[in-house]
Amino acid sequence: MRQYIFKRLIQFIPLLLGMTFISFIIIQIAPGDYFTQLKMNPEISPETIENMKKLFGLDKPIITQYFYWLKNVFSFNLGESFTYHVPVSYLIKIRLKNTLALSIFSIFLTWIISIPLGIFGAVKEGKFIGKFLSFLAYIGISIPSFFLAMLFIFFISKTGFLPLGGTTSLFYENASFFEKFLDYLKHLLVPGLILTLTGIGSLYRLMKNNFLEVLNSPYIFTAYAKGLPEWKIYLKHALRNAINPMITIFGYELSSILSGAGLVEIITGWPGMGRLILEGVLSSDLYLVMASLLIGGILLIIGNLFSDILLAIVDPRIRLR
Amino acid sequence: MKIILKRLKKRNKLSYISFWIIIFLYLSALLADLISPYPYNKQFRDYPLCPPTRIHFFDYNRKFHLRPFVYEIRLVNPALNKYEIVKEKKCPIYFLVKGERRKILGLFYSDRYLFGTKEGKVFLFGTDIHGRDIFTRILYGARISLSIGIIGVSISFFLGFLIGGISGYFGGKIDNFLMRLVEIFMMFPSFYLMLSLRAVFPLNLSSFQIYLLIVIILSLIGWAGLARIIRGMVLSIKEEEYILAARALGLSTFRIIFKHIIPNTFSYTITAITLSIPGYILGESALSLLGLGIQEPYPSWGNMLSVCVGNLRVLSNAPWMLTPGFFIFLTIICFNFLGDGLRDVLDPKNW
Repeated sequence: MRQYIFKRLIQFIPLLLGMTFISFIIIQIAPGDYFTQLKMNPEISPETIENMKKLFGLDKPIITQYFYWLKNVFSFNLGESFTYHVPVSYLIKIRLKNTLALSIFSIFLTWIISIPLGIFGAVKEGKFIGKFLSFLAYIGISIPSFFLAMLFIFFISKTGFLPLGGTTSLFYENASFFEKFLDYLKHLLVPGLILTLTGIGSLYRLMKNNFLEVLNSPYIFTAYAKGLPEWKIYLKHALRNAINPMITIFGYELSSILSGAGLVEIITGWPGMGRLILEGVLSSDLYLVMASLLIGGILLIIGNLFSDILLAIVDPRIRLR
Repeated sequence: MKIILKRLKKRNKLSYISFWIIIFLYLSALLADLISPYPYNKQFRDYPLCPPTRIHFFDYNRKFHLRPFVYEIRLVNPALNKYEIVKEKKCPIYFLVKGERRKILGLFYSDRYLFGTKEGKVFLFGTDIHGRDIFTRILYGARISLSIGIIGVSISFFLGFLIGGISGYFGGKIDNFLMRLVEIFMMFPSFYLMLSLRAVFPLNLSSFQIYLLIVIILSLIGWAGLARIIRGMVLSIKEEEYILAARALGLSTFRIIFKHIIPNTFSYTITAITLSIPGYILGESALSLLGLGIQEPYPSWGNMLSVCVGNLRVLSNAPWMLTPGFFIFLTIICFNFLGDGLRDVLDPKNW
């Protein structure tokens, strides 16, 4: 097991290098470099710029520059934001927390809902309720997250039972820890629910199809023939095998959750990475954008690693290979 | 094509209907000049955020009129966008009414509009904050939103075929390198990658440049997943005997890849094309929604919604501003239905 995890970790290193390289290339093709903007800023002295130039190795050829940049990245020095005048890593640290909270909240909710629903749908396949669920899944898959978010906002603006925008209410400062937590959760609910609703559809369909496939395999017939009760067949024999492919897609699912979160954050006013990157794009704050891209990619790598390990725990065939 | 449609009709009604809805949407986008009652950038300053006009056959005295008509409306409270119906003033709807001259399909000029009123206004889906007819703008916006899907998919598929085909056919080091590249692209969250690629280019470009830029960005994001799938298919097809025969005949490698292997992936590809078009439509909408895509005054379904972002007043007072979102949803669900239907129909196992 330990060997397997170690092997996976090693395999991710070239991926990580490639990602940093592509991020670096993207900064390079952008017109104007880091310093043309800094030079225009009267608050920054020419000496500082000279110092930074040395730090980033801008007087050297591109490949050398890349390694300089990489060195800085690994020491979490991702450059300075042009607009906020603080290190990019500081900005990301604040926003990353919110995006992670949002993603984990909605991933948890999505899986908790769609796995049992998928089993239910597979069992009721062909019946009215099964068809109805499939139709709902189609709607869930097809509805754009931003459109759903706008519908949500419309209904909330009419009824006003959930807070919109930001992470905290006005009374946040002098609230107890528990109240603070509850308040945060309340603000999380709107973007979280939107993200969950758009995610359930595809996961439901995958789970249903996996489960149907497993239900048609010979050992399920054997289980029936042995006279096992139905719930035992579903939960003990079918579920374990149907859930394996789901764990494999967890990594990809994470990708769409992060992307979806980005857009939903912007529309519902949740201060996360998605909003940060948009602010970066709108103010041409290149280093902020690249750092966000890189962090997004690293999050996905961690997610994939996590799903690999999870799969190895669940499925001994992978562990022993 | 006809056979496929016939089979679709028999096996999967929903996807058959979706097919015709899609055709209808594309046709109306193409004929936007002919159908729309107003020019797309015409601002009616007296009618900002006007609710959708109701078309009547019966008037307030319960009298039936064969010719449908609308009541004239008047803005009574500009601060709250409150409109009032003028009950005395009935404005019948005529076909081919006179209006401003505009070019139709880039071919000829005309001042006739398919339908409209002589007095009063017909806003089927209401108006936006500048008093522009949303129905008209949806028709024109469809041109951009719907065409980007088709063009983007074609470029992605071209890249996907090229790279997937080469990777699968040659194998070895090339395969290894290309697939690592694909993995790297797939490891970025697509929304982040999309915005980062957009950040590389200046914010204010001409609308044609932006259109091209969006297509390129979306195809750059989309090709990776496709290349991977096509590679897998090529890997399995290349072991078939007819490929060996083609090799024995001395055909060139590219001929074998593009003439013998890739056509065999078509039944899969048609499904995949249909199912991936929504991604491009969503991508364009998202970019335009955030103000990074198609710019005013040109409409696209995405930028028509951008007023609603962070603007609670507009959203709660004028829910009809969300109509473009509904059309995006309709288009996407139709493509999804059609794609799933096609998968059933094109799969030889189901014949």
